[in-house]
Amino acid sequence: MTKDIFVIAEHRRGEIRDITFELLTKGYELSKDGGRLHTVLLGFQNEKMIDELKPFSDGILNIDDEKLKDFNAEYYQMVLSNLLQEKKPFITLLGQTAFGIDLAPSLATELNMPYAADCIDIEIDKERVYTEKQIYGGKISSRVSLVENWGYMVSVRPGSIAPKEGELKAEVTAITSPLKEEIDYRRFVQYIEAAKGEVDITQAEVVVGIGRGLKEDKNLPLMEEFAKSIGGVLACSRPVVDAGWLSKDRQVGSSGKTVKPKLYIAVGISGAFQHVMGMKSADTIVAINKDPNAPIFTVADYGIVGDLFQVIPKLNEKVLKVK
Amino acid sequence: MNIAVCIKRVPETAEAAVNIDSSEKRIVEDQLVFDINEADNYALEEALLLKEKTEGDITLFTVGPKEADEVIKMGLAKGATCGVRITPENLDSLDSYTIAKLLAEPIKEGNFDLVLTGCISSDAGNSQVGVTLAELLGIPHASLVINMEIEDDSATVQRELEGGLLGELKIKLPALFTIQTGINEPRYASILGIKRAAQKEIKVVENITVEGMKTEIVKMYYPPAGKMAEILEGGVEEVSGKLCEILKGKGLL
Repeated sequence: MTKDIFVIAEHRRGEIRDITFELLTKGYELSKDGGRLHTVLLGFQNEKMIDELKPFSDGILNIDDEKLKDFNAEYYQMVLSNLLQEKKPFITLLGQTAFGIDLAPSLATELNMPYAADCIDIEIDKERVYTEKQIYGGKISSRVSLVENWGYMVSVRPGSIAPKEGELKAEVTAITSPLKEEIDYRRFVQYIEAAKGEVDITQAEVVVGIGRGLKEDKNLPLMEEFAKSIGGVLACSRPVVDAGWLSKDRQVGSSGKTVKPKLYIAVGISGAFQHVMGMKSADTIVAINKDPNAPIFTVADYGIVGDLFQVIPKLNEKVLKVK
Repeated sequence: MNIAVCIKRVPETAEAAVNIDSSEKRIVEDQLVFDINEADNYALEEALLLKEKTEGDITLFTVGPKEADEVIKMGLAKGATCGVRITPENLDSLDSYTIAKLLAEPIKEGNFDLVLTGCISSDAGNSQVGVTLAELLGIPHASLVINMEIEDDSATVQRELEGGLLGELKIKLPALFTIQTGINEPRYASILGIKRAAQKEIKVVENITVEGMKTEIVKMYYPPAGKMAEILEGGVEEVSGKLCEILKGKGLL
């Protein structure tokens, strides 16, 4: 049995996604257990991406086919199920991203391979693989074992591994694409850009983020007033957009925008990782939440445990006085 | 159009304290309020909207304890046709793969044009059951669907990618879509709907044991205390004042 680690490279519109380098960093660590690290690159006209990926693994398996240009789970699964059955890697890593979520569960099922999703860490103990993950919105951690098999699949939560610079020199192997006919039952049509809003929250120095704790849209003016007092713009987490209280261009998080303001104040936001992905790089983070166990407090520099409907009016008053 | 919707009863934990029980493999559920998983509620609404346009039936499927009938009943009250609850003997040791396996059998028999699930559950959060189920059913899928248009035997769907970008796909039916939150505005059940639901059938599949788990929870534990915010202590007046001083000191006010 090999101890080789495969990382399925993720890219979009010709650009390698950050998660790929996070996976390669973890993959390198895991490959020290006597295996080689391979980057598996499915795409079209991959030369530029190959150059960028070379320092990060021992080998690159390159499958270049026009059908693989834009991600289509059907094509990707066809190519990868062939490849994994032939090469039999010990662990195959993907990101828990729009790409990995669409691909890994069906690929693992076709291969009858144990698959652990959304992991933040992976450990090899003899022939077995264990993963760590967060459940119940980050309030509980869980250690998961994968049943014994020749190979395992693990998807990794973006942002959970700090990527390192690569020091390797990958040998590139071209693999002939097994794809023949076009498939007609699942076609990629196009990318659609997000609509631009009236305010660009990514340019603001102070951002006030509101979440589920807002309860009702009639409470919005209170938050708008506070954002104005403190010289910031109003942004939000996903539930606020889902409820239709604010438009999508105000959403901070992995499916919304990434902000890096000098000050981010999270109000009534529990701190799901999808939101944290979009604001963790702010210089100073303040969290106001009535739940002392809310994960947002592990991201924030300063916290106030309290009811936002009491804290915000008082804070607003004080801010106006100080200014 | 014949639609299957897979829904799950989950505890509401966003604002509640969550504790691990003595087995270290489950949480203490006594004090928690349960409801339909949020993303599943959007999937259900998408099915209801489609039923209004095209007619046909909606069958709800759930894997869960007897109490999961609550979420089926709620779906029936909103307009679903009938429900199936699957309760295997070893319910506590199921993983995402075996949940999908349990759903696959009755859904295959039902010859549905469309299968909808939520894109993520608020408990385990694997985003795995829907796409696994599509593979077991042998039909194409799209996950994280935030827009869906059905024309005859095909669907145009938009997937939510990172950074606000959408990816549009055209997929032939039958197909399975995992629905993202925010795609629609889920309705509430009407009083009349609740009355009518009492007449509708919930089929129960039990006295079975499922095998073939691929993953197992070794143990649950509380997240290790890592970085923690400096929590400002005192009354509302005091903490507000303290925060202002800190922000002023940093030149942020």
